[in-house]
Amino acid sequence: MRHLVLFAQAVPVPRDLELPLPIGEWELKLILVLLFLVHIFFVNLMVGGSLLSVFFEILGLTRPRYDSLAKKIAETITVNKSLAVVLGVGPLLCINLVYTIHFYSANALTGYAWFAIIPLVIFAFLFAYLHKYTWQIWTGGRKRLHVITGGFSAFLFLCIPLIFLTNINLMLFPGKWAEVGGFFSSLQIGNVFPRYFHFLSASLALTGLFLAGWFGRRKFPREKHLPDFTRVELRRLFYRVAFYVSLAQLVFGPLLLFTLPGVGVTGTLYWVILSGAAVVLIVLHILWRQIKMPDEKISRLYIPIWMLFGVVVLLMGTGRHVYREACLVEHKQMIADETARFNAIELATQMSIRAGMGAGEALGGGMTGEKVFQNCAACHAVDRVLAAPSLREVYSLYKDNPAGIVAWSKNPGKKRPQFAPMPSFAHLGDEKLTLVADYILEIASGADSAKSEPSD
Amino acid sequence: MDFPLFFLDFFGNRILIAIVASVHVFINHPLAVGAWPLVMLMEWWGRRKGDADWDHLMYKITFVLFIVTTTVGALTGVGIWFTTALIAPFGIGTLLRVFFWAWFTEWLVFVSEVVLVMIYFLTWKRWLAGWQKSLHIGVGALLSGFSWLTMMIIVGILGFMMGSGNWPEARTLFSGFFNPIYIPQLAFRTSFAMGTAGLFVWFLLYFFTKKHSDLRRRAVRFVSGWMLIWSVPFAASSVWYWQVVPDAMRANVDVGLMTQRFAQWHETLAVIMAITLVALLLAALVGLARPKLIPRVALLIPFILGVWLLGHFERVREFIRKPYVIADYMYSNGVKVSELPVFQRDGILPYSTYVEHHTVTSANEIEAGRDVFLVTCSRCHTTSSGVNAVVNKFENLYGTGPWDDAALTAFINTMHTSRTFMPPFPGNDREVKALTAYLKELQKNRELLFGAQAGWTIRNNNQAQTGTP
Ligand code: HEC
Ligand code: HEC
Repeated sequence: MRHLVLFAQAVPVPRDLELPLPIGEWELKLILVLLFLVHIFFVNLMVGGSLLSVFFEILGLTRPRYDSLAKKIAETITVNKSLAVVLGVGPLLCINLVYTIHFYSANALTGYAWFAIIPLVIFAFLFAYLHKYTWQIWTGGRKRLHVITGGFSAFLFLCIPLIFLTNINLMLFPGKWAEVGGFFSSLQIGNVFPRYFHFLSASLALTGLFLAGWFGRRKFPREKHLPDFTRVELRRLFYRVAFYVSLAQLVFGPLLLFTLPGVGVTGTLYWVILSGAAVVLIVLHILWRQIKMPDEKISRLYIPIWMLFGVVVLLMGTGRHVYREACLVEHKQMIADETARFNAIELATQMSIRAGMGAGEALGGGMTGEKVFQNCAACHAVDRVLAAPSLREVYSLYKDNPAGIVAWSKNPGKKRPQFAPMPSFAHLGDEKLTLVADYILEIASGADSAKSEPSD
Repeated sequence: MDFPLFFLDFFGNRILIAIVASVHVFINHPLAVGAWPLVMLMEWWGRRKGDADWDHLMYKITFVLFIVTTTVGALTGVGIWFTTALIAPFGIGTLLRVFFWAWFTEWLVFVSEVVLVMIYFLTWKRWLAGWQKSLHIGVGALLSGFSWLTMMIIVGILGFMMGSGNWPEARTLFSGFFNPIYIPQLAFRTSFAMGTAGLFVWFLLYFFTKKHSDLRRRAVRFVSGWMLIWSVPFAASSVWYWQVVPDAMRANVDVGLMTQRFAQWHETLAVIMAITLVALLLAALVGLARPKLIPRVALLIPFILGVWLLGHFERVREFIRKPYVIADYMYSNGVKVSELPVFQRDGILPYSTYVEHHTVTSANEIEAGRDVFLVTCSRCHTTSSGVNAVVNKFENLYGTGPWDDAALTAFINTMHTSRTFMPPFPGNDREVKALTAYLKELQKNRELLFGAQAGWTIRNNNQAQTGTP
């Protein structure tokens, strides 16, 4: 068993694809950032929903009203998880285009894990369905099995973003590619884990805010589904989730920022991220006020809170993009130079071939039977049997009949059972085949040729 | 190709793609394209008869379809893309640049399809009567349309990727869509999907109805009628497809080696198509006349036949496929047609980033040969295991004894002219020699090779390196 070997070079500088992008790079990046935010929103709700559902189900083991809450949360996952996946394809198309070299290289380097995303998502979804549709069936003694099912699906939901994140992270550091030994070793590159925890708490915060609106909305048939809660109670509960988790971001955020590898850290990045953080502080303040509000006033600021959250998400998304660009700007230039260098060589080679062709090939002067015979030499030799009858045998069959060789080569038959069929060489054309037929008869006409008999 | 090489030696890269694609097709055809219109029609029928039991039965069947299509169905669709991009990033990357808008549209259709699936299933028990029920049936109809549209686009894109388009001249997607086998193939796939959907729904009915119930009898009758009707276009499009394939072959494959294998393939295709059709018809007729007669397992027979048929069907690509990912522009090992002369003069290793040796010397011959194998052959061949192992291929030709150097060299030098489905060798004479050295070593010592995904073994630059790029 052998692993690929690579000399530890500083930074690999591959060639880029030659074709231009289908639309402008900036438009593409804009589409990428926007589509990605829509996608990640549903990913957040999917991951946060499955975590909260399991959390409340466990809480519900001792306090039954939380069990029905957990069930209602689990039901929101059905739609959110499907949207997360299908809406992910669009940004994936864009990132494939804008960062072709970097993204695909990271994918290949973490290949097993990257491919594993497909079965992992399938199983995560199947277990989420199992969790949802056995809620009323697996009760009593089987309740524990039910909780484990939910827990397993949540665990799978936790793995998938980690793989994505590791790829997105790895692609930023081409200088490390030569050191990577698969998925697990690439976890050590850059600052995967701070990013991951930042993502997780963002998921929980957004899900909290979403659920505050989902269960707190007037049209929600609460009496039917969650009779043991009041509307205000539900609102407050999920505002609380959003608040405390966002508070944790005050730890994870700076941790993420200060562990970022220095290559892409710029002044702009600080400005963008710090303005995001400032808005977070405002949101936190409002959330806190809301939680403390008297019951009748609690719903009033829901939409404004979302808008502020939207601003945060947009700023953080922009920050991520700014960092990515800064990380890659130098390497992209190196790739562009290398590509240009190669293209020049390619062009020069083609020119010289064209010039050379004019003298020899075009007049047909270059072609000889010996050269054409290269096409046959893989299987035919004069005295030996390689993958076909020897030329001696051919000679005995076609001694005075070169046209027969041409005809056979254009449309070979199947005579001898011990060989695989001979491919047709019709595409070489009569002229070349005649040359090679004469050549074969010439080299095979040794003195002892008369001795060999046709074998069939 | 100038990417780190993902390489599944023990398994074969192409097998991975084949598995994912097959699972997707086997789910997508009968369960999505075929089953949605059938279920929608049955829902409409139940409403006409005012039959609540019937409606509830259809709800249960939809539940199964919903679970399967939103998990395995949707994800294997995405999976085809994941695997092809992993194995042939140069190809997918280039195709994306040409067909971005087509794929973008396909994506929008896909999003709509999934959204409609969710609406259709999740509102079933909420929109039960009056105009709401009509709306629900309408959603079902729309869903059927979008499922079919997804297939229509995908088959076109696949057809194009399989190299039947005259892209370098025309550079449009339409040349891919309107290749001569596209329409017959679409007709065939559609009626096939509809017919097998009948089988699948029938199979499910047995789980959700009581053995001698009237409900089961009526439902089986309905499904049988559906299958009977679709077997007519199924037969017609089979014949149509069977007739156009040889022409398409002749236009695309100019090599005689293929003609023998193709003749075989073509005969088998006719036989499987006929058996499948007969089985489908038989099931439908018995279902109509004696709905109780057919046991559950018997339904699996035509279904398995269908699977076999589709599998055989997919092999047509092997024939049409030129050695290109993109016709006349890029070969399947990522080498562009225009860069071939450079590699044949200077060698490919000096221009490959992710290899150990950038020049061949007498000291590193076997190792450099391994690099050459990886860069030039590994997209299509494994080393010594799996279905397309290069060692086995050579043993078929030259036997298990020591191979003849001159023969190997001649083979590699002419691999394209004697087997047009393989690209020309993109390297110089020194690299041919290294490759033969490696192949002969491989024959003696069948060692598995791991791709970049399993980690590099790093060697330091200052260690005696015999050549520099
Ligand atoms: C892939 C291996 C291969 C290559 C390359 C090849 N041949 Fe053959 N050739 C065969 C085999 C195998 C047979 C025996 C076929 C049989 O008898 O079934 C054969 C048989 C022949 C025969 C004898 C036909 C007869 O009547 O018995 C001739 C003549 C011939 N080849 C000519 C050529 C020429 C000319 C070329 C090059 C342009 C060529 N071959 C290239 C494999 C090859
Ligand atoms: C475009 C993909 C592709 C590439 C790249 C490729 N091959 Fe092949 N090769 C094939 C296919 C397809 C076959 C036929 C397999 C079959 O018989 O079913 C084949 C067959 C072969 C055979 C058997 C030929 C015969 O007549 O039986 C050999 C030997 C071989 N390849 C060697 C190589 C070597 C060495 C390389 C690298 C220099 C290479 N191939 C690169 C696709 C490829």
